[in-house]
Amino acid sequence: MAEFFTMLFDTNTPLGWFIVKTLIILAYVVVLLISLAFLLLADRKIWAAVQMRKGPNVVGAFGLLQSFADFLKFVFKEAVIPAGVDKPIYALAPVLTLLMAFITWAAIPVAPGWVITDLNLGVLYILAISSLGVYGVILGGWASNSKYAFLGAMRSTAQMISYEVTIGLVLITVLLLSGSLNLTVIVEAQAGGFWHWNGFALSPITLIMFPMMIIFFISALAETNRPPFDLPEAESELVAGYQVEYSSTFYLLFMIGEYLNIVLMCALITLLFLGGWHAPFDFAPFTWVPAVLWFAIKICCVFFMFSMVKAIVPRYRYDQLMRLGWKIFLPITLIAVALVGAWVTFVINGG
Amino acid sequence: MEIGTVLPAIAFYLFASTACICALMVVIARNPVRSVLFLIMTFFSAAALFVMLGAEFLALLLVIVYVGAVAVLFLFVVMMLDVDFVELKQGFAQYLPLGGLLAFVLTVELIVLGTTFRLPENFSAQVPIEQGVSNIEAFGLVLYTDFAFFFEAAGLILLVAMIGAIMLTLSRKKGVKRQNVSDQVARTPKDGLEVLDVKPGEGLS
Repeated sequence: MAEFFTMLFDTNTPLGWFIVKTLIILAYVVVLLISLAFLLLADRKIWAAVQMRKGPNVVGAFGLLQSFADFLKFVFKEAVIPAGVDKPIYALAPVLTLLMAFITWAAIPVAPGWVITDLNLGVLYILAISSLGVYGVILGGWASNSKYAFLGAMRSTAQMISYEVTIGLVLITVLLLSGSLNLTVIVEAQAGGFWHWNGFALSPITLIMFPMMIIFFISALAETNRPPFDLPEAESELVAGYQVEYSSTFYLLFMIGEYLNIVLMCALITLLFLGGWHAPFDFAPFTWVPAVLWFAIKICCVFFMFSMVKAIVPRYRYDQLMRLGWKIFLPITLIAVALVGAWVTFVINGG
Repeated sequence: MEIGTVLPAIAFYLFASTACICALMVVIARNPVRSVLFLIMTFFSAAALFVMLGAEFLALLLVIVYVGAVAVLFLFVVMMLDVDFVELKQGFAQYLPLGGLLAFVLTVELIVLGTTFRLPENFSAQVPIEQGVSNIEAFGLVLYTDFAFFFEAAGLILLVAMIGAIMLTLSRKKGVKRQNVSDQVARTPKDGLEVLDVKPGEGLS
């Protein structure tokens, strides 16, 4: 029996490698989903606190189990499929959203060596897969056979494509500084205290990189359809945008995918600008904390900012959103790319 | 059979057949939106085949540019089109001779090519990149040195095309009230508001 198990989990044989990898992926997904449940609760609690409400507080102590109760509620509800929908595509859209949200995480390292696939083109992979996330929204909106859903999908797609440009250009500035597309290498380049992090480095380039971090944060808000850029779901205009006709588990899949993307953006900001899993000070009491915990703490801090923005900022108008993306962020990031490129060529590499 | 050699073969045939079937479905699907979706599947399978060749950078570029942007615009346009299926079918008989001729010529060409083309005697799969240099570095090393001129010329052509497209659609009608955001932001209570002391029974002016 023991021999059987050693054979089963031996990573040198193809079968063992397959089994071990599958188990790792499953564990990753479970951890991700459970943390997501509590982040969702935190989101609602922060939102409530800003508005001087209590927020969810009935299910479990302090409402800790609220997300799980919501989960069960969605699963057991009846799935209402409206007449005239394109059924295969209607069912495909939420699954696609969730799938794309999950497979992006495959390239995210959470601690030294803790990554499912350490891709050399990690950043490009994340950019590629997140650009596929648009399809879940546009197909869901179109297949629903509803004007509100379609309008929401159109808005969402235009918005996501516009802000992807900005995100790509901000990524280029970070890539130029680190000289690699591998996320692990990018994080290791920021080792040794917060004065080495891309966002706060003790060097003149921070004058560019700190605004880049802010622009990335705002673009991430727009990319994930979060308030103040939640125009695709603006309930005062479009009821609920592309999700109008979705109910029960289909809606749940959309929502999990959306929140996974938000946490992914938090993780990306952490990895690219906030030193990833490195402690803010590289001496004793701080280095005792495990690397993965630092990563989680930083993600929570960025997520807190996401929640605060949702709670206090009013919604943008659509033309204002487009103006911000194309007329303000795009020129600024383009100039920043040129400046960072000059900095790397003439200062770091010394001409 | 060793599992290490079987798996790539299975993957290749899976992606290759998906690409071919989806390409066929693009043409024969009734619904134009579905056609675009099959086109996206074709792009995606092609990207997977690039990955299997070791060209990850090209594969990701294909996904980002074609699947992530170009196909989305296709989908946009097709979804908003008001396609009349009856009208589409009316032209069928009219275009059949020409279309059939084109298909025939292409088939003959393919058959001729397939029967006459021979690989060179000592042909082996070429690996252009030396070991140790990643995909993207290898690209950069040639694009920005040997082919810098062509690369920048291509960029300029794209820029000209972009400006041309913008100029074609730009319309400056007179009498249209436009929003000037900097004016709006610069507006203060001082220039928007005037407090007058109105005497009772007299009014202004």
